[in-house]
Amino acid sequence: MTPAVYLAQDPTLSDFGHDPWWIALIKIVFAFVFAVLATLLGVWFERRVVGFMQVRPGPNQVGPLGLLQTLADGLKMAFKEDILPKAADKVVYFFAPTISVICAVTALSVIPFGPMVSIFGHQTPLQVTDVSVAVLVILAASSMGIYGIVLGGWASGSTYPLLGGLRSSAQMISYEVAMGLSIVAVFMTAGTMSTSGIVAAQAGSDRSASLGGFEFFAPGWYAILLLPSFVIYFISAVGETNRAPFDLPEAESELVAGFMTEYSSLKFALFMLAEYVNMVTVSAVATTLFLGGWRAPWPISIWSGANEGWFGLIWFFAKVILLVFVFVWLRGTLPRLRYDQFMRLGWRVLLPINLVWILALAGIRVLQKENNDAVRWGIIGGALVVVLLITLLLPDRKKGPQVSLQEQVNQRPQGSFPLPPMDLVVPPSPRARRQVAERQPANVGGGAPDVIESTTSEEKEG
Amino acid sequence: MTNIALAATVTTGEAVTFWILAPLALLGAIGMVAARNAVHSALWLVLTMLCLGVFYVVQAGPFIGMVQIIVYTGAIMMLFLFVLMLVGRDASDSLIETLRGQRVAAVLVGLGFAGLVGTLVARAVSDTTAVGLEAANRDGNVQGIAALLFTNYVFAFEATSALLITAAVGAMVLAHIHKPKSERLGQPDLMRLRFRAGNHPGSKAGPGVYATSDSVATPARLPDGTLSRGSIPEILPTRELSPRETAPKGTEK
Repeated sequence: MTPAVYLAQDPTLSDFGHDPWWIALIKIVFAFVFAVLATLLGVWFERRVVGFMQVRPGPNQVGPLGLLQTLADGLKMAFKEDILPKAADKVVYFFAPTISVICAVTALSVIPFGPMVSIFGHQTPLQVTDVSVAVLVILAASSMGIYGIVLGGWASGSTYPLLGGLRSSAQMISYEVAMGLSIVAVFMTAGTMSTSGIVAAQAGSDRSASLGGFEFFAPGWYAILLLPSFVIYFISAVGETNRAPFDLPEAESELVAGFMTEYSSLKFALFMLAEYVNMVTVSAVATTLFLGGWRAPWPISIWSGANEGWFGLIWFFAKVILLVFVFVWLRGTLPRLRYDQFMRLGWRVLLPINLVWILALAGIRVLQKENNDAVRWGIIGGALVVVLLITLLLPDRKKGPQVSLQEQVNQRPQGSFPLPPMDLVVPPSPRARRQVAERQPANVGGGAPDVIESTTSEEKEG
Repeated sequence: MTNIALAATVTTGEAVTFWILAPLALLGAIGMVAARNAVHSALWLVLTMLCLGVFYVVQAGPFIGMVQIIVYTGAIMMLFLFVLMLVGRDASDSLIETLRGQRVAAVLVGLGFAGLVGTLVARAVSDTTAVGLEAANRDGNVQGIAALLFTNYVFAFEATSALLITAAVGAMVLAHIHKPKSERLGQPDLMRLRFRAGNHPGSKAGPGVYATSDSVATPARLPDGTLSRGSIPEILPTRELSPRETAPKGTEK
């Protein structure tokens, strides 16, 4: 191997698949350890942050700053009795938590943690592997991971878990659609489905379009460029990971603990692990797809060394932690949605907005590629006409004819319940009068009110 | 990409994957038919579909493989599970044969059909080699599929999507029960129903909470001392505690 070989810091698809087996093993172990550590620290982080938001300390006894609290809880959980309900479907009950965990960890395998680095003299991308359909691998892993929840709910053989499982399956189908569509915008802009390719596509700040002599510069991050997609992705990611305010499958005030009511000991710990790994995974995916991946954010990226080697890990983890913080923030702030509101949000709000946005984006992309100015203005004019037509032809909210109160009363059928008189007026409050009375100077004994006032002001000054 | 280019010939990895997953896929298919429990059946089918998805990926079709897993395994089988779970977990098949000899006949015909299709496919493709796989995947698998879908097959594609949307809308229209506004009960009618003779308009009295018992099976007492029938759930028998049960149990010291 020649030492002076120039290696691009951006890995491409051809950089994958050449690692010796021991480097592949190191990377896999790293991803797995990352998942487990993320859970250990994630639970601690969530409890501390929620504690801060609720003006209480949170776990602070075990280890420095309470860092080892999760470890202690995990050990305790492992030594608890593993209960198998009598009505449970034993095999499925056993496999459900493992399905959840395996799928959650699998998705991490295509996340780019950093650029090309040197591991024991080998140049290799800081990513377990990448394929041409890597984002679809993530989607597949997340859709398979729901099986764990659904089957866990079903196999427990009791009512609340079953309801949790049912909710989870419906929730997953609805929000996977919104999630998939929001990623479509990323595919259209990046022109690739490989995660390393998408990170590389967000690097360029030379993205520009000219229209009628004007030059438009667009930033590289898709979170800014494709803001609607980013927002929809994040909302559906919260739905997909069963986090508050969308934690209907495990709603503790309605379903005890939903799908994991009957689980205990290590199996319960596996579900917990899967939940937190999922949260970290969707944060990592959001970082990769929308926040520039392992690349340094703008002020730091002026320093040319920021994007080289192992530094990428720092920016990547910083972004992931920021997104996890938003997850925790949401949990600390928002109450749980009702189920029908939740479904309406998914199908009637996120889905149509997504479709219209993709259509608009496709139009913009065609505009960018078109060189003929006349065609460009034609497309813009056409879009304007469509918008105008929609606003003109959209039916108004039906306003019923104004019926006066007396007419409404007269329309009531025979034998209706008696109404109070309609011309009642709220009488003036007696308390208001008393306050007025109290403000009048009290004429008690000899002292005049202004004398008293002067003494008090002197006391204040003194 | 290198994997895709090499896929025209059978590599060791592909062969190993096939010989591991093919028996699993077959096992899933057999298990799906043989399982008594409907949910188990669905799970066996999930196994088969997963194996098929991996086969597609191995055979230079990563996009179709992933779509197989996301759409069929992830969404459609999930819908199946949803329905099965709604139906209930004890919805097992009954083993009573309604037609005499039907099972034997079904097995024989099934085996015959499988043999026929198997021989046919084996005869047809045993000597052919895959041609043009590299050319099709030259610009990437996804791009190749997209180019075909939106040029040569655009009408077939759009017609299929229109058909599917029509089917979905039709299913929704058929399943949706729309009650016209005129049929809805207004407030006066609801009140009349509520206060009709024989209906108790308020909430029912709760079960009695006494010093001797706070069981939901202990009925409340009406002002005249009689037991209130409506105060306990209908499935519970009304009962008075026996003197033995109300007597001190010796635990108060």
